[in-house]
Amino acid sequence: MLTNRSKVVVNKTLTFSESLYFPAIFRGLMITMSHLFKRKVTVRYPEQTRVFSPVYRGLHVLKRDEKGAERCTACGLCAVACPAEAITMVAAEREPGQEALFREEKYAAQYEINMLRCIFCGLCEEACPKEAIYLTPRLVPSSFKREDFFWKKERLLETVENRVDVSRRLMRPAQKGAA
Amino acid sequence: MILGLFCFLSLLTIMSALSVILSRNPVYSVLSLILCFFSIAGHYILLSAPFLAVVHIIVYAGAIMVLFLFVIMLMMRTSDVGLTSWVKRIGSFFVVGVLGVTIVALMQRGTLVLPRYLASVEGSVSSLGRVLFGQYAIPFELSTILFLSAVVGVVMLGKKS
Amino acid sequence: MLDLFFIIQKLILVSAVLAITLVIAMYTTYAERKLAAFFQDRVGPNRAGPFGILQPLADGLKFMFKEAFIPANANKFLFVLGPSISMIAACMACGVIPWGSSLMIMGHEVPLQIADLNVGVLYLFGVVSLGVYGIMIGGWASNNKYALLSTIRASSQMISYEIAMGIALIALTLSTGTLSLKEIVSLQHGGHWNVWVQPLGFIIFIICAFAETNRMPFDLPECETELVGGYHTEYSGMQLGFYLFAEYINMFVSSTVMAALYFGGFNFPFLNSLGLSHNLVTLLGVGVFFAKIFALMFFFIWIRWTIPRFRYDQLMRLGWKVLMPLAIFNMLVTAVLILL
Repeated sequence: MLTNRSKVVVNKTLTFSESLYFPAIFRGLMITMSHLFKRKVTVRYPEQTRVFSPVYRGLHVLKRDEKGAERCTACGLCAVACPAEAITMVAAEREPGQEALFREEKYAAQYEINMLRCIFCGLCEEACPKEAIYLTPRLVPSSFKREDFFWKKERLLETVENRVDVSRRLMRPAQKGAA
Repeated sequence: MILGLFCFLSLLTIMSALSVILSRNPVYSVLSLILCFFSIAGHYILLSAPFLAVVHIIVYAGAIMVLFLFVIMLMMRTSDVGLTSWVKRIGSFFVVGVLGVTIVALMQRGTLVLPRYLASVEGSVSSLGRVLFGQYAIPFELSTILFLSAVVGVVMLGKKS
Repeated sequence: MLDLFFIIQKLILVSAVLAITLVIAMYTTYAERKLAAFFQDRVGPNRAGPFGILQPLADGLKFMFKEAFIPANANKFLFVLGPSISMIAACMACGVIPWGSSLMIMGHEVPLQIADLNVGVLYLFGVVSLGVYGIMIGGWASNNKYALLSTIRASSQMISYEIAMGIALIALTLSTGTLSLKEIVSLQHGGHWNVWVQPLGFIIFIICAFAETNRMPFDLPECETELVGGYHTEYSGMQLGFYLFAEYINMFVSSTVMAALYFGGFNFPFLNSLGLSHNLVTLLGVGVFFAKIFALMFFFIWIRWTIPRFRYDQLMRLGWKVLMPLAIFNMLVTAVLILL
């Protein structure tokens, strides 16, 4: 009774005019008829896609810095933060001469996200101290093979020529405030 | 051509009627009985009585046989009716004997000739109605009373259980 | 009378009517899916061809190339016979429908009706009553309890509603005085539609038509929530296609019958005052007839996507305790009015 909208069930017998059904049927027909001319809500998918929210959490990306070096330092905080335990990595030390490739002295030799385990919560992104991993408004492509969902570093990493824009996510007010 | 049709229909009638009593599966019996009714309806049409043919199909094939089929489909699993074999034998001898005597008697009364297949107005609905409600009004009404009593009886039987 | 011209004319008419019936039944499936979508604010099939116009062909091809599986414990002969009977019974009714008045071709008058039986209405009624055999035989032969329950429902439903339908038809024939469909249609010339004479009879008839075609408020023989797939639970491939197709043919045929019996058939207002040639008027009449049929079919589909299914006892109560007394009352009133 909190909302005053609950209805008490009564098994009342129908009056004669109600038991004729015709007025009720007519009203129902008018309702369906009005829907015949309403706007259709279907999104015609391949031609037309649903608009994603700016902070949509989809496929991850491993970022590079301005010079094109990988930001990830394989600290493992993302793997620890991950509630689904979808992230695994193997760390390695940077050799001399690899400064252009990796930003820090330590880097991720292997990095893998199991997209079948991932729940796209974004905690890895929150945990990352190096701003190396972000979720993007892209979808994980479907596949018939299980292996296709184990995303290795090579697939996650953005290329130098083809940067993935994550500026929308950086504008989140909560993160700004925390920073 | 009409003679050919007649022979075909008669053959069909006899074959389907035989199949009614010879087939082991009661559903097949009912289906062949329906076929039999259809071929008899065909005979009615040849006799230029389309009204009778159509009513025959509506009443027998459309309603009564549906109920037969209905009952048989429901009762298929329950096995025999519970008659011993000698009761069956005597019963069938009796029935066949009575039928044979009837047919012989009918053959003596009239001569079996192919009816004259002529398009006549006799088959039309209005003339049939006139005959039914004029000349044969009393037998017709009596048969309706028979049906009424059958309806009342069925309702009584239904009430009891 | 049985000359070559007559035979050729009838052959052409029969094949034309069959082809038109099948094509219309095909496109009724499309219309049903499309309208269902529109009633539910969806788009419906729109991939096969522009606006999904080739969808029925795609469906048909799918049915044909799927395996027509026969269950091991099914009665093979009857299992195949069932859908065929459904289809045949559905198509047979088209034979007595007057599609138009007549065309003058090479000096011959060609009536646009396959057979003008003087018991046309009764013939229709008989053919409709045969439709139940397809369902019964197929459902029983499947050797499946859901299918059997469905056949029992179908047969009792059809028999119950046939009675009210027949009595409504008796009232109609009382007021028209003929059983020939052609005469019934021509009597309605000039806007004297039978629906004005027999409004109650028409309502009874249309409700029974819904029940006879197993359409939505009365589609208990195939109600998914209780009976899996109803009588076609075990069917697949083109045999299933036949069953589904027969339903749409039945819908088309019953719309046609209602248009002819109650809505004046191929008559339209100002039929003779337009000053057009005979053939043109006939063709216009055929067009008007089909417009009426399509309107009624739209009503069938419209009802399907509006009204929920009846419960089985409600169905029986409506048939025996409401419609039958109403139909008898209607018949008696008509008879008294004619006597006066």
